[in-house]
Amino acid sequence: MGTRQYVLRKIVQAFITLVAILIFNFFLFRVWSPGDPVSFLTRGQGAQLSVQERQELIHEYGLDKSTWGQFAEYLTDTFSGRLGVSSFYQGEPVRDVFFRFLPPTLLLVGVSTVLSMIIGVWMGIRSGWRRGSAFDRTSMISSLVLYSMPEFWLGMLLLLLFSTTLQWFPVGGRISTNVSELGTVAYVLDVANHLFLPALTLTLAYIGEFYLVMRSSLLDVLGEDYITTARAKGVLERYVLNRHAVRNALLPTVTLVALSFGYVIGGAITVEVVFSYQGLGLLTYTAILGKDYWLLQSLFLFFTAAVIVFNLLSDLVYAYLDPRVREA
Amino acid sequence: MQTPPLHVGAETPIGPIEEEAPLPPAVPPRRIRWARRRRAMRRFWKAYRQDAMGLAGLIILAFFIAVAIFAIFADTTGTEITKATGPRLSAPSLDYPLGTDDQGRSVLTLVIQGAKVSLLVGLSATAITMLIGSAVGLVAGFRGGWVDQLLMRFTDWGLVIPWLVLAISLASIFGQSLFVIILVIGLTTWPSTARLVRAQTLSVKERPYVERARALGASDWHLVTRHVLPNVMPVIMANTVLIVAIAILSETALSFLGLGDPFSISWGQILEQASNGAAATLGAWWWLGAPGVCIVLVVLAFTMIGFALDEIVNPKIRQR
Amino acid sequence: MSVLSIRDLHITYRTQGGDVPAVRGVDLDIDRGEVLGLAGESGCGKSTIAAAILRLLPPKTGVEGEIILDGEDVLEMTPKRLRAVRWTGASIVFQGAMHALNPVRRVGNQIAEAITTHQQASEREAMVRVGSLLEQVGLPPRRIQDYPHELSGGQKQRVMIAMALACSPSVIIADEPTTALDVMVQAQVLALLKSLQRELGLALLFITHDLSVLVEVSDRLAVMYAGKIVEDGPARSVFEDPKHPYTRALAAAFPEIGNERFRRQPSGLGGDPPDPQAIPSGCPFHPRCPLVFEPCPTHVPRLFDAGAGRRAACLLLEGALATLPGGEG
Repeated sequence: MGTRQYVLRKIVQAFITLVAILIFNFFLFRVWSPGDPVSFLTRGQGAQLSVQERQELIHEYGLDKSTWGQFAEYLTDTFSGRLGVSSFYQGEPVRDVFFRFLPPTLLLVGVSTVLSMIIGVWMGIRSGWRRGSAFDRTSMISSLVLYSMPEFWLGMLLLLLFSTTLQWFPVGGRISTNVSELGTVAYVLDVANHLFLPALTLTLAYIGEFYLVMRSSLLDVLGEDYITTARAKGVLERYVLNRHAVRNALLPTVTLVALSFGYVIGGAITVEVVFSYQGLGLLTYTAILGKDYWLLQSLFLFFTAAVIVFNLLSDLVYAYLDPRVREA
Repeated sequence: MQTPPLHVGAETPIGPIEEEAPLPPAVPPRRIRWARRRRAMRRFWKAYRQDAMGLAGLIILAFFIAVAIFAIFADTTGTEITKATGPRLSAPSLDYPLGTDDQGRSVLTLVIQGAKVSLLVGLSATAITMLIGSAVGLVAGFRGGWVDQLLMRFTDWGLVIPWLVLAISLASIFGQSLFVIILVIGLTTWPSTARLVRAQTLSVKERPYVERARALGASDWHLVTRHVLPNVMPVIMANTVLIVAIAILSETALSFLGLGDPFSISWGQILEQASNGAAATLGAWWWLGAPGVCIVLVVLAFTMIGFALDEIVNPKIRQR
Repeated sequence: MSVLSIRDLHITYRTQGGDVPAVRGVDLDIDRGEVLGLAGESGCGKSTIAAAILRLLPPKTGVEGEIILDGEDVLEMTPKRLRAVRWTGASIVFQGAMHALNPVRRVGNQIAEAITTHQQASEREAMVRVGSLLEQVGLPPRRIQDYPHELSGGQKQRVMIAMALACSPSVIIADEPTTALDVMVQAQVLALLKSLQRELGLALLFITHDLSVLVEVSDRLAVMYAGKIVEDGPARSVFEDPKHPYTRALAAAFPEIGNERFRRQPSGLGGDPPDPQAIPSGCPFHPRCPLVFEPCPTHVPRLFDAGAGRRAACLLLEGALATLPGGEG
């Protein structure tokens, strides 16, 4: 079964990459970072710890072992969820901090990616199908301009326009401070209200990417012989587009989209900072400023693992779309 | 006047395939090569000229390079906070065409100086990216086998790490300076170039003239420098331009997050200061707008040039 | 009864570099059950004619003349009528089926699409017909499930033929159907086309640059050069007794084993086919013609009658010079 082999191969590759990342992660934050992990571990609590407590903490995290010993400890710790403590958040376990900031980012990135994919792909198809039309020209120019903008700058402009000048949306944050007093519906609306501008920013920022890729691959496909065959058969134009052209044009789009997920994460980080949106991006920013290496280490791992998983998913989607890769 | 035969029949032989022609005089190979290159460049320019976007990009780029060069020789006292004399956060006026920031500095001066650093970082980081990326791609594509596998594993691994996360990790560990920024951008951007160069190398490697040269006993070095590289070069050139655009955007993001060199001013850093100074909430659109528009224009310019080059280099997407 | 009739066809491509006249006045007729071979080098316009018959040329292309298919002029049809006539009036077997089939859809599906586009048939009914079509071209019906990349070149070409038969068209246009195939496979596909044509009484327009292939398959043969027909007539006699120097060169270039004529080494023709944007004056063949003489660069030869249903556009023909304005040179 070609498909099963293919899926298995991709999963194994993803796993190997993940292992390589784990190793890199360890070396980057534990071995190469300035200062010693011990002090970072205890910085938040600082002077309140007795020598005894310090020693216990050190022992718990295996910081008294050799490098390889530490690495082994690091692996077991990571997989059992003991990710260290955050120096910035006063010794709160990294795991807890992480899960507090995760859902808003999932919401933001999820909504934005889906929207920009749908809109971008639709526009790209329309543009490629009607090359040279007014729609094509205007979409092309606006996509190029959007693509050339730093996402956070776009965010600041939108903030200036919609928040400061028009006062339609809040200036930042994820939820209002009086959230506990609100009922469910009001809560959802409040979240949406705060989500709107950051999501709009990210969506606009990435429409350009999807648009340009889809348009160009559709143009490539339209030059292929099987499109002529379909037309010669008397097939209706809209079926030529959907059943023949788009099905094939989606393939390079899926690949390129997967490759750019890393950039989506980068954008999310800066946009969250602009809007003070309390997600993992803002958390990363705080971690850099506070040199909170334990936190950074876990964030690095998470973001990279997310990209690996996303790539794996898109490989599977690609295999579904293109029967040729399913052969071993 | 010749009298032709009255009918053409199968018995009349058809003439020989080629007539004898005198051999042309010998020309030294180097002269031929340069003549060919000059002709190729002329053809290239003729094709490029037809692309309106590509030309627009060149003009915009030329403008900003001129600004950057001007900035090198211009007076930088306008950027020093202690010497700032203007009113704080004032909108554009005759005295301050782009307004002032929250310290009273002229935004115009800041933007002009910013051009210098942004372009410098962008171009240097691109140089690193292209050097590493092309080398890896060429070697992997040409050698094949386990070398290819190893290099590609390495490249895929580089592709998977989100660039900003890696960049800020490296920058926060290794300190903040222009050098670190340039290095970090270069180190995070090369994988996509490596992939592209490898793909092109693979396709060039299969071409008949490479096989022929190899059969004639050409060494690997000769094959790479004389046959493979010249045919991969166009793709590398087109990619380089697009990478500059990415590098500039990368520097902007890193500076915005506070990782820029504290002793220099780049457009990204102006935006960082604007953000810290709450420009958006205070309505200081000039402070926000000016550096941003410059970034957009320069990145657009490089992107349009890159697309124009792509059209010339990649015949598939050329319009009939 | 003529199934396909082309009258005074002129086709001009519009490109960035200017107008390219690909077809400069062509007349063709194919009767029911007849095989017409159309030969010529690359760039002579023969594939352009094939595409023009179903109006598959790029939108801005200039097409003038008449293409009468089953009594209707294709060039005058409304888009709706055109779509109905495509594949049912005439169908095409393309060159290089490698790329003429959609790589992400199953082969049976693509053939069925031809059927369901023109008839009210259910999925199941269509598939039954697809199965029998595949059998007709010598493929096992289980191939319906296959994707194009799972088939060999010859098999893909058979699929294309099966697809072309799907709507029982009046005429099939085969555009270089065997060019991209190995010689052995070529022979098989040719044999298949011949037997199908005879069995079903199809009219066939067979386009190729390989004259020896045409001789086997065609009833009549036409030779094209630089956008015009330079010779036509019954296939065997055109091949064995060419009246036009170009046809002679073409025939000589494809040796037939066992034929006395080819005991000499086959010889080629010097020079290249003319650039359509820079067609030579007078007879377009004159720069390469071994028998060129004085009137050739200045007078454009039309198709002169050469007896026994044969015509050739050469001033060397008996009586041709007499018909020129100003008498002979």
